[in-house]
Formats: sequence, structure tokens, C-alpha cells
Amino acid sequence: MSILIKQGKLLLKDTDGHHLTAGSLRIEGSRIVSIGRDIQPQAGDIIIDATDKIVGPGLIDTHVHLREPGREDKETIATGAKAAAAGGFTTIVCMPNTTPPIDSGATISAILLKAKEASVRVIPVGCVTKGRKGQELAEIGELVEAGVWGISDDGDPIVDGEIMRRALEYSRPFGIPVISHAEDPRLMGKGVMHEGFISTILGLPGIPAEAESVMVARDLLLAKATNSWVHIAHVSTKESIELITAAKARGIKVSCEVTPHHLVLTDEAVQSFDTNTKVNPPLRSKEHVEALRKALTSGVIDCIATDHAPHTWEEKDCDYMQAEFGLIGLETALPLLYTHLVKPGLLELATLWERMSYQPAKLLGLTDHGLAVGNRADIVIMDEALAKTVDPKTFFSRSSNTPFAGEQLFGWPVVTIVGGNIAFGEAK
Amino acid sequence: MAWQRKDLLGLADLSAEETETLLRSALSFKGVFQRSVKKFPTLRGKTVVNLFYEPSTRTRSSFEIAGKWLSADVINVSVSNSSVVKGESLKDTAKTLEAMGVDAIVLRHSVAGTPQYLARCLRPAVINAGDGAHEHPTQALLDLLTLKERWDSFQDKDALIIGDIRHSRVAKSNIYGLRRLGAKVTVCGPATLIPPGLEKLGVEVAESLDDAKLETADLIYVLRIQRERQEEGLFPSLREYSRLFGLNAARMERTKPEVVVMHPGPANLGVEITTEVAYSKASSIQEQVTNGVAVRMAVLYHLIGGGRQSVDLD
Repeated sequence: MSILIKQGKLLLKDTDGHHLTAGSLRIEGSRIVSIGRDIQPQAGDIIIDATDKIVGPGLIDTHVHLREPGREDKETIATGAKAAAAGGFTTIVCMPNTTPPIDSGATISAILLKAKEASVRVIPVGCVTKGRKGQELAEIGELVEAGVWGISDDGDPIVDGEIMRRALEYSRPFGIPVISHAEDPRLMGKGVMHEGFISTILGLPGIPAEAESVMVARDLLLAKATNSWVHIAHVSTKESIELITAAKARGIKVSCEVTPHHLVLTDEAVQSFDTNTKVNPPLRSKEHVEALRKALTSGVIDCIATDHAPHTWEEKDCDYMQAEFGLIGLETALPLLYTHLVKPGLLELATLWERMSYQPAKLLGLTDHGLAVGNRADIVIMDEALAKTVDPKTFFSRSSNTPFAGEQLFGWPVVTIVGGNIAFGEAK
Repeated sequence: MAWQRKDLLGLADLSAEETETLLRSALSFKGVFQRSVKKFPTLRGKTVVNLFYEPSTRTRSSFEIAGKWLSADVINVSVSNSSVVKGESLKDTAKTLEAMGVDAIVLRHSVAGTPQYLARCLRPAVINAGDGAHEHPTQALLDLLTLKERWDSFQDKDALIIGDIRHSRVAKSNIYGLRRLGAKVTVCGPATLIPPGLEKLGVEVAESLDDAKLETADLIYVLRIQRERQEEGLFPSLREYSRLFGLNAARMERTKPEVVVMHPGPANLGVEITTEVAYSKASSIQEQVTNGVAVRMAVLYHLIGGGRQSVDLD
């Protein structure tokens, strides 16, 4: 198959930086074969007119929950991948907190077999400990051979400092990150939202910012002691940012991600008691959100990851304490951040692409990512002017737990190409 | 001002005008409590359900009496923990009651926000009878009524609330009500039981009763201390709590003679308040209970009785 993307605003990157350049791009098979000001179509080309649209390398999400195996009522690899494609993602990383947990080579192989049929590339993460129980290390060598990016007991922290230390130490020779879901369960207690003024007036039990930050501090020190790579998942506090900034300055091998919802919403959103605002880590207060935005611009935060967490209607249609933690993000991430950060001039479009595409590619070791001849044709075409209201009924995801329903957003993806195949949208 | 609200969820967004309307109606209803026949036909044919997910004697019976004196049919549904475990959802239960044609649901629930949740999906009026650590509007209204009977004005009165502010819906609703009517509010309790951000509500925090200016207080509101907070490690013992924060005769000696002492009940006598103080002349604990019925009559009257203006029975 061959595709010609005609007359778009190409988001190119070279050693000088990013250049938004008018031009066309041609794909043959799974590769980009030519980029130029004006490329003539060849026989059999599918032609996509990208006039006035952004053509960028596909987005990459380092943190999604696809719920398969075990909770296919919430999401499957197939539906989650379709949702990803609709959101402009071409590669997603799935977390192993499934039932059973993804803690062996066999379960990884089963995931990858299903992933072959999926609309986007799916890269799994394996468990740190057997059965995600936090007690004994999983067979990390086998997980790496089977194709994991890293290891994590995400959903739960690794409470035992000794296990975390050994996990970091043991995984170092494999060159993989240990992904830390940083949370002190005792400090978290029965909390369901950020502890602060809003939790006071709502009377809901709070989760102090320190429930995250103290664990980030521990894991940074352990990464330093073991000279290993720790990736901090869904960073949400100002103090975590301060610690990571200091650790990076000292040369500790740390990377981190932030979610779109932690960049856009504050704990004030909980005032509606909408259970779709219940998420872990919780939506934080303004000072934390401001620190996250600064770190996103400066690069202390490496990438944006949705932490796409599908839940059934029933699991959210209940009181706030009973509701599950988590919200879905694959289909709204790009327009949400475009509308809230890029459009008002708070973030450069190129920086957004760094955090959603180039940087995660680097973390994942995808060396053939980006708009350049010879690279894999993972591409998203986005329409900055397209305004649409978030409507969960139109989602490809099996779930609809988003706090953004009803919000009008700009900058929607219109076509997503994965490995040279159109995974979302139509040629026109 | 004509009454507009379908539900009474809290005092946080109740205007001073709405608050006054309810209090005036409550006073009118209270005016007939001395009569041998206290019944009004106002809510004849209306049905009020007390849907209680937490045990409660006084709030539930107070609503029941209020409804009955207005001639409503009142039904009590106490949902035990066992049916929650069975998976009967709150919404399902409430929807069932709605389908039976009830006019008002009085909800008591341990989770904050459950009245908001029901109000969003139900046609009947929803009255919050206490939700978690969020709000307890009718308690605060009856407290305000009690004060209104004693005070000419709330303006610049000093209110001191002592106890577990963090977990107290009563404290929260009273803070809103007292502030809205012009009183100054100070809270005092163990630092572990003072939640963050109260200054944004215009509330002062005193860390000990010595700092709390008992001398200038016009109202001392004593909250019930729950034993489970000690088990959660939030304070060392009831004995120490009583020593540091209990209201006793010695502390009462520091107060003004006209100070009002309140407690939402039921009191742990000898812990947060001594029996002597609870039954002293300053204490308004019995009046609070009486006023509870009057306030709840007013609330039912305005929400489901078609009451658009305050009641005037003279």
C-alpha cells in the first residue's frame, strides 16, 4: 500500500529543532519514502489532502490500562487500540495489572498475539513481582526476552523498600526501567481526593501530596544507590517535581510522565461530586498543577501519558467512596492539551509533540520514529480548527468514564497512520 | 423572595435570605407547639421517606414528627449495612421510592455527596439529613434558630466551635450559616482534627482552649467526639481529650454570663462536656431538640408544601 499526504504543515525535527514546514509526504509499505514541497502521486497512491492541517509523528502513550485479560467488560486490547488510534496514538504501552497479572513470558506472548491484530502498536509492561503481590521478583529476564518495555506493579506501589531496591538492581543489566507507582498506602489511607481546602469543604477523606512525594524520594535514592533507571509514573505533586529536578541535576537515571488530567484539572473539579473526577493520584490543587505545567515546559517531565483507566458505568454510577479510581484519556488527550495549553499560548505545539511523541519514543528506544525518510510511517494528521464536543457515546473505548464529557475542544486528530496503514479516519 | 429550591443539600450555597425565610417559618411553626393540637393540613396527601443509611434516633424522629404535624405520610426506611453488602445500590433504592410516588427523600448517609448524587437523578425533593463529613443543614438551621431566639442579631457575635472539626458535618454547616448571618467563627480542637484551608472560609483556628478566648465567646458549640478517631490514632485518649478540650465548670468560669452552650447530641457526658455544664442555665441543648422539629417543618413546607413565602400564622 502507498499513501500520499498532500500539502500539510509537516512537523519536522532536525538538529536545529522543530520546523513547521508546508509540504507533502509519501509512504510505501510501512515506511516514509519521500518528503518534499510538492510530491506527485504515483499510481495506486491513496491521497490524503492535509491542507491547513498539522502532520506530525504519531503520539506515544507510555501508560494505558487495556484490562485484557480479565476485565474485557471495561476494555480489550482491540477496543483500547482503536481508541488510541482515534486519539492520534500509534504506539501504546499497557500496564500489567490485569487478571491474571502479566508476570510471565507466557502472558506477555498472549498479549502480543492479540496486539498483532490491534490498530496500533502495543508494547507491554510486565510485573515487578510475581502475581503483583509485592513479595518476590517476577522472572524479569524472561519478561524482557518476551518483549516488555519495563516492569511495574502499577495500580499498587511496591511498599517494601527492599523489594524495590532489588528490582532496580536486578533490572539494571537489562537496561529497562522500573516504573514506580509512587504511593505510601498508609499516608493515602482511605483518601479519595487531594487533601486540601476542597476536601475540607466537601468532607471527603483526603490524600496528602506527601503520600506520593515521600515514595518518589525513596525511589530516587534507591535508583541512585543501584545506578538503575526509575521511571516515575503519573507525577502529580510540586514536591515530586522538586525531587526529580534535583535528581536529574545529580545525574540520577530518572524519567517521568504526567497525565493530561493532572495538567488541566484541579481538585475543584471534585466539587460536583462527579465520580469521573476520582482518580489516583488525585486531581491536585492549583499550586501543584502550576508546578507540573512548568516542569512540562522545562523538560523535567519527559512525557505525557494518559493513564487511560476504563471502568464500567456501574463502577462509576455510585457514591464517591465506592467509585473506582481512574478515568479514560486516549481519545481526548491531544485536543484537551491543545485546547488548554497550546491554543492559549501556554505551550508550544512543538513542545507538546516532544512530550507526546519524540520523548516517549526515545524512552521506548524507538529509533525509527519521526517524520524522516526511512522511518516507520507512524503519523497523525490533526486539525487545529476542528471544534468538537466530547461525547463518550462516540468513543471507540468500551468505557465512557471521562470528566470532560460535554466540553468543546479543538485540535482533533483526523487521520492516524500506523506502520503505513490507516488506523483511523478516511482519506479525502 | 419566593422560594425556588427543589432540594436542601447544604448551607454552603444557601443565601442569607433563604436562611432567614426558613428560620422565620420555623419560628411561626414553633409558635403553635404549646397548643394541644399541633397538626396542620399543609402536606396532606404527600409522602416523605426517611432513608437512613446510618443509625440515628433524634434526626430521624425529628423529621418524622415534623412530617406528621404537617399531615404528611412519613415512612422510615433504615438500610442496614447488610443490604449494602448485598449490592443494593443507593440509586436503585431511591429510584424505587421515586417510582412509588414519594414527594421527598430525607437522606442520611455516611458518604459525602450522596444527596447531590440523588438530587441529580431524582424527581422528588432531596433533603440532606447528614452526609459523611460534608453537611448537616437542618442541624445548623435548628442551631441558628436557637441562637436567633436569644440574640437580637448575629452581627459580630463570637462563636467558638470545639472538637473534631475535620470529620464534622455539623461544624461545616454551622460555619456557613453563622458566617452568612454575620457572626465570627473560631474553631478549636486537636491539631490532627483541624482540616486544612479553614481560613478561606473566614474561620480562625485556635490550637488550644487557652488561645480560644473563652472570655469573649457568645456561643460555645461543643461537638461530639467519636471514639473511633482515637482508634485511628488521631488523638491519644479520651482522657487527654477531655483534659485539653472538654468543657467543664472551671472553663465556664472564664466565660461571659450570657454565653450560650450548644451540642448537637448525643453528648459523651464527662468527655467533651461535663454533665454539670450540659444541664446548666447556659446550655440550650433541650431547646435545640425542640427547634429541630420546627426547622424541619419549615424545610418540608418550603420544599414540598408549595411554600413560596415564609409562613405567618399570626
